[in-house]
Amino acid sequence: MLAAGAERGLRLMGTTELAGWGRYPRVGCELATLRREDELCQRLGASTLIARGNGRSYGDAALNPELTLSMLAMDRLLSFDAEQGLLECEAGVLLRDLLALYAPRGWFPPVVPGTAEVTVGGMVAADVHGKNHHGDGSFGSHVESFRLATGSGDILTCSRDRNPDLFRATVGGMGLTGVVLSVRFRLCRIESEYVRAETLGTADLDATMATLAASNDWRYSVAWIDPSAKGSILGRGLVTRGDFATDATAASRPTPASRRQLPSPALLSVGLNQASIRMFDALYHRVGRFRSGLRPVHYRSFFFPLDRVRGWNRLYGRRGFVQYQCVLPVAQSSRGLRAILEHVASSGHLAYLGVLKFFGRQGEGLLSFPMSGYTLALDFPMRSGTVDLLDSLDEITASHGGRVYLAKDACCRPDHLREGYANLESFAEVRRAAMNGCEFSSVMSRRLGL
Amino acid sequence: MALVLGATGDIGRAVARRLGRDGWQLQLAARDGQRLEAEARDLRLRGISVETHPCDVLSEDAGVSLLDALSATPDVAVCTVGVLGDQSAASDDWRTAERLMRTNYNGPALLMGELANRFEQRGSGVLVGISSIAGERGRGTNYTYGSAKSGFTAFLSGLRNRLWRSGVHVVTVKPGYVRTRMTDHLDLPGLLTVDPDQVADRIAVAIRRSQDVVHVGRLWRGVSLVLRTIPERLFKRMSLP
Ligand SMILES: Cc1cc2nc3c(=O)[nH]c(=O)nc-3n(C[C@H](O)[C@H](O)[C@H](O)COP(=O)(O)OP(=O)(O)OC[C@H]3O[C@@H](n4cnc5c(N)ncnc54)[C@H](O)[C@@H]3O)c2cc1C
Ligand SMILES: NC(=O)c1ccc[n+]([C@@H]2O[C@H](COP(=O)([O-])OP(=O)(O)OC[C@H]3O[C@@H](n4cnc5c(N)ncnc54)[C@H](OP(=O)(O)O)[C@@H]3O)[C@@H](O)[C@H]2O)c1
Repeated sequence: MLAAGAERGLRLMGTTELAGWGRYPRVGCELATLRREDELCQRLGASTLIARGNGRSYGDAALNPELTLSMLAMDRLLSFDAEQGLLECEAGVLLRDLLALYAPRGWFPPVVPGTAEVTVGGMVAADVHGKNHHGDGSFGSHVESFRLATGSGDILTCSRDRNPDLFRATVGGMGLTGVVLSVRFRLCRIESEYVRAETLGTADLDATMATLAASNDWRYSVAWIDPSAKGSILGRGLVTRGDFATDATAASRPTPASRRQLPSPALLSVGLNQASIRMFDALYHRVGRFRSGLRPVHYRSFFFPLDRVRGWNRLYGRRGFVQYQCVLPVAQSSRGLRAILEHVASSGHLAYLGVLKFFGRQGEGLLSFPMSGYTLALDFPMRSGTVDLLDSLDEITASHGGRVYLAKDACCRPDHLREGYANLESFAEVRRAAMNGCEFSSVMSRRLGL
Repeated sequence: MALVLGATGDIGRAVARRLGRDGWQLQLAARDGQRLEAEARDLRLRGISVETHPCDVLSEDAGVSLLDALSATPDVAVCTVGVLGDQSAASDDWRTAERLMRTNYNGPALLMGELANRFEQRGSGVLVGISSIAGERGRGTNYTYGSAKSGFTAFLSGLRNRLWRSGVHVVTVKPGYVRTRMTDHLDLPGLLTVDPDQVADRIAVAIRRSQDVVHVGRLWRGVSLVLRTIPERLFKRMSLP
C-alpha cells in the first residue's frame, strides 16, 4: 500500500535504471522520493525534473535522467465530503487503494483506466479515459481542482476559475507544467460492486464499430479486436458492455462462478504468440455459440482483468514492448482503422490484442488525447523494424486527422505530434511561464521537441 | 489499542496503516505535531480511529508524560524511533554522538521500559522495538548508531526475559536495508532492500505469532549470522559499507 520510494530498478553508479510499463526505453535516472510538500523547494533547486507516479505509462513520459521525482510516498487522503462524493487526496495515492476503501462504501471513481495500479497524479497528467468515455468524458472532466507546484516553488490552486490556463495545460499535460501535489475530484455512487455485463461477437470491423456505436446508452463499453484477422474478417471482435448492477440485480446472481465466465480477452495480450491468437478464435466461437448473456461480474474483473497477472509486461522479454494507441475522428475512423489494421497484417509484425473504443467529446486539457471518434490500441513486442512500423502507423493516423496517446507513446516524431495536437503552441506558452526557475521535462518531451 | 511511536516516519506510517487495517484503534506519537495530524487525518479517512500525542524521546520525561496522556494503556506498542546520523560527524563531535546515542538507545529504551511496567502490572501486552542489523556488530562506518542499536537489542532481550512469565511479550525487529527517508542518500543493493510495507507486514505477523526476534527479507538472517561469526582478527581488516 504505502510504497515509499518503491522502485526496484537496478542502481547504476548512483542512478536507477527506469522505464515505463513497456520497458522500452530504459534510461538511467537520478531518482528521488518526495515525502512531504515542504521538501519540494529543495527538489526544485534542480535545473530540470519530471514527476513520476507508478510508472504505468508505457513509454518515456515519466523519465528524466537528471531528476525523476517519485510521488508514491505522497499518498495521504486529505478530505472526503460524503454528501457530494468530493474527495481530496495527495497525487501519489494509488487508484487501487481508493477502490479498496471506497467501493465497499458505495463510491466509485468517475473514470478508471484499464489498470488500478496508477496514481491520481498520473490520471490527471494523462487525462485518462475509461470504458465510459462516450458518456462521461475523461478523468479531467471530473476534477474540481488540484494544487500544482511550479518552477518558482509557488503552489497554485488550479480549477476552471482559478488559474484556468494552468488547469487546462496540466490536465493531459504529462507532468510538463509542474508537480501536481493534490487533487480534488468527484466520486460517483454505485449500488453494488458488480457490473452487469454482456459480450457480443462481431464479424468484421464495420460490425464491431456499429455495435460499439449502438452501445452508447450502456455506461461502459469496449471491444477486443482479433489482431490476426485479415480479409473479410478484418476487425472482427468481441464487444463487452455493462452497467453497474443495482443491489437487487447483483444479489439475484451471487458471485459469478469463474468457470462459467468467459475469460477476459484482455488476458490474451499476456499469452503472446500463436497461442493467444488461437485462444481468441476459441473465445470468439464460444461467444458466438452461447451469446454470453447479461451476468454480474466483479468490477475488478470487468475493469482490470490484467491486474490479476502480476508483472505481465516482463513476458515480452528484455527488449520490452510498445503499445500503439491512436484516435481518429468519427468520419475518418472506418477508413483509417482499416488502413492501420491492414498495414499491420501485411507488415509481418505480430500485434497482440487490439482494443477499440468509441470516444465522446474532446477532453478539456490542451493536450488531452480523447476526441470524438474511435480509438485503437495494439501491443507490439519490440523487435528490429518495430519503430519503422510505428512510424508508418503514425503517418496513417496523421493523414486521417488523428493523434497518438502520449501515455502510451515511445517513438512518435515531433512532426507527427504537431499534426495531431492543435494546441501545442498555447501549451508551450503556459508551460514556459510555469517553468520559471525549474524546467519540467522528460525523455519524452525532449524527443518530441516540447 | 495499538500505540505507534515515530508515526511520522516511513516505517511508522506503514505500521500504523497496517495495524489500522487489521482493526486496531491507534494511538500515534511523534515529535512533530503538525505532520502527525496529517497522518492522523489520512488514517481517519480510512475509517481508523486515531488519537495523537506529541512525543520527543530526547525530552527528559518523555515516557511518563506520554503514558499519562494516553486515553488507555495500549495492548500493543511499536517503537520505530531512530536516527541513522553520520558517523564522521559523530566521530568528530561528541555532542552529535551523544544525541545519536540518546535518540537510538536512551529514548526508545526508557520508553519501552515504562510501557513494560504498565504491561506487567496488567499482565498482558506486546512490545515491539525496531532495532537494526547494524546492532549485530560495530562497524567503522556506523558504530555510534550501531552500538546504540546493540544496546537497544540487549535491552529488549532483557525485557523479554524478565516479562515472559507475566504474559507480556517482546518482539525485536532487526531490519537490514529498508527504502526510507533514512536511507535515501545511500546506494542500497536491490536484492537486499525491502519496502516499509514489508516491515509492517512482518511486524503484524510477529505480533500475531508472538515471535521473539525477526528479520525482514529472506537473506538477512544469514547476513546477520555471518556478521556475528567472522573472527575479530579478520573483521577489523574488512572495509564494510
Ligand atoms: C495495463 C494498462 C492499461 C491501461 N489502460 C488505460 C486506459 O484504459 N485509459 C487510459 O487513459 N490510460 C490507460 N493506461 C495508461 C495509464 O492510465 C496512464 O499512463 C497513467 O498516466 C499512468 O499513471 P501513473 O501514476 O503510473 O503515472 P506515470 O506513468 O508514472 O506517469 C505518467 C505521466 O504522468 C505524469 N505525472 C505522474 N504523476 C504526476 C504528478 N503528481 N504531477 C505531475 N505529473 C505527474 C508523469 O510525468 C508522466 O508524464 C493503461 C496502462 C496500463 C499499464
Ligand atoms: N531504513 C533502514 O534501512 C533501517 C534499517 C534498520 C533499522 N531501521 C530502523 O527503523 C526505524 C524507523 O526508521 P525509518 O527507516 O522509517 O526512518 P525515518 O522515516 O527517518 O523514521 C524515523 C522515525 O524516528 C523519529 N524520531 C527521530 N528522532 C526522534 C525523537 N527525538 N523523538 C521522537 N521521534 C524521533 C522520526 O520522527 P520525525 O518524523 O519527526 O523525523 C521518525 O518518525 C528506526 O529505528 C531505524 O533505526 C531502519
